[in-house]
Amino acid sequence: MKTFKGGVHPPEEKKLVKDNPIVSFPLSSRYYVLVQQHLGAPAKPIVSAGDEVRKGQVLSEPLGFVSVPVHAPTSGKVKEIGRMVHPVTGLLAPCIVIDADGKDEWADGLPLERDPFSMSREELLNAIKSAGIVGMGGATFPTHVKLSPPKDKPIDTFIVNGAECEPYLSSDHRLMLEQPERILKGTRVAMRILGLDRATVAVEANKPDAIRLLREKAPADIQIEALKVKYPQGAEKQLINALTKREVPSGGLPMDVGAVVQNAGTCAAVWDACAHGIPLIERITSVTGRGVVQPKNIRVRVGTLVGEVIEFCGGLNEAAKIIFGGPMMGIAQFTQEIPIMKGTSGVLVLREEDTNITLYSACISCGRCVEACPMGLIPSVLSKLGEKGMWEKAVENDLLDCVECGSCTYVCPANRPIVHFVKHLKALSRAASAKSKGA
Amino acid sequence: MKNVPASNPAHDPAKGQTAKLSVYVSSSPHVHTPEDVPWIMRQVVYALIPGALVGVYFFGIPAIKVIAVAVASCVAMEALWQKLTGSPLTINDGSAALTGLLLAMNLPSGAPWWLVVIGSFVAIIIAKQIFGGIGNNPFNPALVGRVFLLISFPVAMTTWPEPRSFFTQAADATTGATPLGALKTAIFEHGTIGAAPEMNLMDPFLGNVGGSLGEISALALLLGGVYLIARKIITWHIPVTYVGTVVVITGIFWLINPDGYANPVFHLVAGGLMLGAFFMATDMVTSPITNTGKIIFAVGCGVITVVIRLWGGYPEGVSFAILIMNAFVPLINSATKPAKFGAVR
Repeated sequence: MKTFKGGVHPPEEKKLVKDNPIVSFPLSSRYYVLVQQHLGAPAKPIVSAGDEVRKGQVLSEPLGFVSVPVHAPTSGKVKEIGRMVHPVTGLLAPCIVIDADGKDEWADGLPLERDPFSMSREELLNAIKSAGIVGMGGATFPTHVKLSPPKDKPIDTFIVNGAECEPYLSSDHRLMLEQPERILKGTRVAMRILGLDRATVAVEANKPDAIRLLREKAPADIQIEALKVKYPQGAEKQLINALTKREVPSGGLPMDVGAVVQNAGTCAAVWDACAHGIPLIERITSVTGRGVVQPKNIRVRVGTLVGEVIEFCGGLNEAAKIIFGGPMMGIAQFTQEIPIMKGTSGVLVLREEDTNITLYSACISCGRCVEACPMGLIPSVLSKLGEKGMWEKAVENDLLDCVECGSCTYVCPANRPIVHFVKHLKALSRAASAKSKGA
Repeated sequence: MKNVPASNPAHDPAKGQTAKLSVYVSSSPHVHTPEDVPWIMRQVVYALIPGALVGVYFFGIPAIKVIAVAVASCVAMEALWQKLTGSPLTINDGSAALTGLLLAMNLPSGAPWWLVVIGSFVAIIIAKQIFGGIGNNPFNPALVGRVFLLISFPVAMTTWPEPRSFFTQAADATTGATPLGALKTAIFEHGTIGAAPEMNLMDPFLGNVGGSLGEISALALLLGGVYLIARKIITWHIPVTYVGTVVVITGIFWLINPDGYANPVFHLVAGGLMLGAFFMATDMVTSPITNTGKIIFAVGCGVITVVIRLWGGYPEGVSFAILIMNAFVPLINSATKPAKFGAVR
């Protein structure tokens, strides 16, 4: 079975939630829509306090090509535009607060019916951008940018990422099982945009039911590939490498090796946008972990407070950590008063015994991190440099090639927070280069 | 722009657990393998048990004493040092106890208690703590302790009690030579290997020979080594390459001149090669990180071991070989970096 070099095998823990069918989270009375839910240039709110909005209405205007708008998750009134904690950056960020009117009325003309296969490439890209679609696996890079590579980067490979290699999470798995058509149709749209006549949907072998169903439903030009179960199988560069043997060059992008990768959920959103004009206002999220009473897979509007979502799942149970995303790359939160975002693939609540809060000790040079690193780096050296803040030396030791997958840190017997050191070193390096540019 | 108090009229935080929420916040990943440093140290101790038991069987109560004194004094030295210097206590990581056990395995069973304590002092204080404690020592602490004793107390360190069954131990145990010692003497006196290697090779394989209390049974050490590889504590690279290098080089000389050189199987089972290759050279802190580096390191260990055994003043060269190669580890590490993903070739 196809895979990549390196990686780790953390306990999968998917049985907590993988067999729970998707349930819709009920309409809430208030939504907190963060303006910046994508990676790239900022966007500017175009509504003001007191404005009436309807479901799917545009709330912000993207400033630049690598930027997307956000949309009203329901109909109601803009209560205020203020700042709240951003779950990814941890900083205060602009947020549009909407009080729902309970009618949940669509904006004029939505949803519409049109045939994406009679639309031009530009029309499709436009539909995707104006629907605010970003990578829903967690990276939140604007999808229309990924689907418009420059002319000097010919694309011959389109991969739909259904690996879902993060432990605990099952949102993509449920989507593949319950709505495979949306994914496959969205894949066809992306193929049309890229001018390709075939695509591959890659799924880790621990989801045999999804693989079977997709193979049953997929047209001949979409191949379903089962991948070895190994973390981080779904990391973009590792996924491309597993399927094509190509290596995205250091500092490069997938398009440098002729590849484009989209998450399965993103493909479904692409279909909704192109065929029905529906913007990205809701997503599937796994609310799971032993720290939540009833793990569920929910269809939830972007902007719903996590506290409400957790209450819907029976509340907390000895919660020690609340994480946006999976246990390997997710971001720990200090409050429940933050909203679900476009990239929130999971809300994971861990108890103290499920997580790791012990102190770290000196590196014993066991080399386990070197074996685990899918990027071929020496994480132990980076961690030692991190302790001393020596970012220049770390850059020489390939700091910037680190994808922060967490494999090294997972296996480290001395429990060294290597990813933390890497993030710290990268921040130091960024700060220094910003300073030298400013000077 | 003012800060939005994130609350919902329909969702009263005071009613839920929100108000008293207290959680940990740290960088990812949030899960961790249970295989921590104490776990690794425990596995190595388990793997040493067969070799130690064979030592106790053939050398009796004195072997138990040496092991007990070495382990206790190593742990005590580390605790004392950390108390005196005000540094965090690390004896719970198991590394000091393991160093004590390894030191004992490398000593003659008749070693007096003070000799063992001096060895522990050198191993823990000089070789480990002076350099900053676990993870920072360039040389294998147990071997530094052993070689210090060998050079400083050559008589006590080369007085080898004869192996006897545990149940027939006599109070006035006789002493004899190790197989490698007998070989060296024969070559020195007659210019040929004489009768030394004609001994039944089953004896050093099972442990019925003179030697350090933990090195005598190749079989018991091999069992432990296989356990370590199966448990993924060590990889095959160092032990297989080390042993292979010794067998190949001694084999070449034996083929050329079987009267002047012992056969490679003798070199394999006699002396400290098995203990060194599986347990001493594989010490994580003092061996290279990458598999390529481990192979280079082990070839070096093998070559130096053979050079000392065949032409050196000492009959045995495993300890010296490993310590010398320890010094090359930083160099080997920087010369054998793994292939970076996406490196521009």
